[in-house]
Amino acid sequence: MPEQLAFTIEVFLNGLMAGVLYALVALGFVLIYKASGIFNYAQGVMALFAAMTLVGIQNGQVPFSHLINAILGTDVHHFGWHVHSAIAIVFTVAVMVLLAVCVQRFVFRHLVGQEPIILFMATIGLAYFLEGVADLMWGSEIKSLNVCATEGACLPQGLNMWIDETTYNAFGYGFFIDNLDIVASIVAIILVVGLVMFAQYTKQGRAMRAVADDHQAALSVGVSLNFIWILVWSLAGFVALVAGIMWGAKSGVQFSLSLIALKALPVLMLGGFTSIPGAIVGGLIIGVGEKLFEFLIGAPFLGGATENWFAYMLALLFLVFRPQGLFGEKIIERV
Amino acid sequence: MFYREAGDFNTSYAEDQQTFPIKFDRYRYYVVLFIAIFVVPFIINDYWANSFLLPFLIYAIAAIGLNILVGYCGQVSLGTGGFMAVGAYACYKLMTAMPDVSMFIHVLLAGLITAAVGVLFGLPSLRIKGFYLAVATLAAQFFLVWLFNRVPWFYNYSASGQINAPERDTFGILITGPNTEAWATYMFCLIFTIASALVARNLTRGSVGRKWMAIRDMDIAAEIIGVNPLRAKLTAFAVSSFFIGISGALFFSIYLGAVEVGEVFGITKSFLVLFMIIIGGLGSIFGSFAGAAFLVLLPVLLKIVGVDWLGWPTDIVAHLQLVIVGGLIVVFLIAEPHGLAQLWRVAKEKLRLWPFPH
Repeated sequence: MPEQLAFTIEVFLNGLMAGVLYALVALGFVLIYKASGIFNYAQGVMALFAAMTLVGIQNGQVPFSHLINAILGTDVHHFGWHVHSAIAIVFTVAVMVLLAVCVQRFVFRHLVGQEPIILFMATIGLAYFLEGVADLMWGSEIKSLNVCATEGACLPQGLNMWIDETTYNAFGYGFFIDNLDIVASIVAIILVVGLVMFAQYTKQGRAMRAVADDHQAALSVGVSLNFIWILVWSLAGFVALVAGIMWGAKSGVQFSLSLIALKALPVLMLGGFTSIPGAIVGGLIIGVGEKLFEFLIGAPFLGGATENWFAYMLALLFLVFRPQGLFGEKIIERV
Repeated sequence: MFYREAGDFNTSYAEDQQTFPIKFDRYRYYVVLFIAIFVVPFIINDYWANSFLLPFLIYAIAAIGLNILVGYCGQVSLGTGGFMAVGAYACYKLMTAMPDVSMFIHVLLAGLITAAVGVLFGLPSLRIKGFYLAVATLAAQFFLVWLFNRVPWFYNYSASGQINAPERDTFGILITGPNTEAWATYMFCLIFTIASALVARNLTRGSVGRKWMAIRDMDIAAEIIGVNPLRAKLTAFAVSSFFIGISGALFFSIYLGAVEVGEVFGITKSFLVLFMIIIGGLGSIFGSFAGAAFLVLLPVLLKIVGVDWLGWPTDIVAHLQLVIVGGLIVVFLIAEPHGLAQLWRVAKEKLRLWPFPH
């Protein structure tokens, strides 16, 4: 196999992996958008918040310690214990559920019936708020995140040697693929299957779909909108936690984590806001597209770093020809 | 008692149509203008100019521009930072290419160039609506910043990749570079701000503005009654980008003097200007000023209270600022979706009836 082609295939595979991670974030958007019509810009910050909370609980950090120290003149930092990952995850999920309740109770309950664009701006405000709270709670320095089931059985780091060797024997060229990316892909697939099963076969899932279909009809047959919205925000918080763990383990828990939300936006536009398969396919297209574009055209001819804008441009051009995205519902406008 | 239209007899259509129909309002407006033009330049110092007045004036222009697009025409844009960068880089290229031409002309030309770029990125708005469009404008934001970062021609092949404003004067008075005087830069920005506000106010209440508002309220209905959506949307993009380009040019050449594009004109700048018009009031010129003043003053105040009085570390204050701004956005959207401008309007209505509210 010629070197260039093998290289391209490797880039393609890495793009697929990146795409899965984008799709993971996009999934959270779709969940909330379908059930409540809210375009949740804060999804990326929720991932950041979840990852920071997880690290904080794991390391036994005292929440708001900086603020407490500044006000009271004390010097508290850590409780001095380390929490097992599984327990920490349970606690973090609890925090995300609490957050969902608060968001529903204090923000979106008061904004029912507003225009979608107002709701969108409210989520931008929420994103800023949450980012500030996360920084105040746990400090803004870069933290490393490692989730371990038992001692030594952590999320794998580094390259997958097995793929490297096998492909080297088969093609004479070893593919470099991160272990973490493989794990992330598997987790994402499990998550998607789980969510689809939940939506299709459970009572709450059915109620969720009913709300997504028609708020008023769902209300009239006795579905509690409040409960469903809290449920949906909690689910989105859970998805954010998973995305936060994956991205956090990859590149450290830091502010740039919240920017992956911006990357998920073109994914959504490409796939359509209302479609779970759309989020996956869109994520894969964007992931592969931007990596290949950077490799084949961006780096050699345009001076590199085209990944910053390629996804948006692709989505923009695509939308001009198909405004509802790949799998979105057709937009019908009436006066 | 003073705030009445009673006794103020209009004798011509022009008087009937004026911006401030109430005498008290009109005089207040003249007093504000008088203080801004004839008093402030004589008492201004560098601290006030750089920490409040210059950013306020420049952000006010950007907020007016964005308000035209979002508040009047209903097309949400998250590309403000990118368009400001266009204005800044256009101004830089013009300043270095034609050193003898007055800065006024450079800034205006920078605005025109930005308007052209704005129209280009506004074209998709004919097909894409709502937050699909908001996300599409992110393409402008990221693409433009990348462009100015990667193509050396834009920063004249300087080694650092920064652009630095050379010393330029207008009418013999130095207004850019490190050796300027506070009053000169202030007056230069003030002229642009007043002109922008006047132009914007008169555009928005004329036929162009009515078309924008028709498109905002319901574009299909507007199209049916004879508003050409292509022209209305593209003029909104052009005018809005023109103002934003001017503010970008001033921000770079007068206020900062040196710019690294990714840092100064990043996505946070887009959100900052968007927050200004949400807090100030969508679809209001006064709101643009109020929002700009509010968000320029807030960090200064927080710093004074948090760092200087309470002695907290600066990073905590910075985080608190995020919390407060984010919280305020939500509170404003819930309690007063029309922003500070609406509070102002309500206050004026109350004043008119005072002291007999029934």
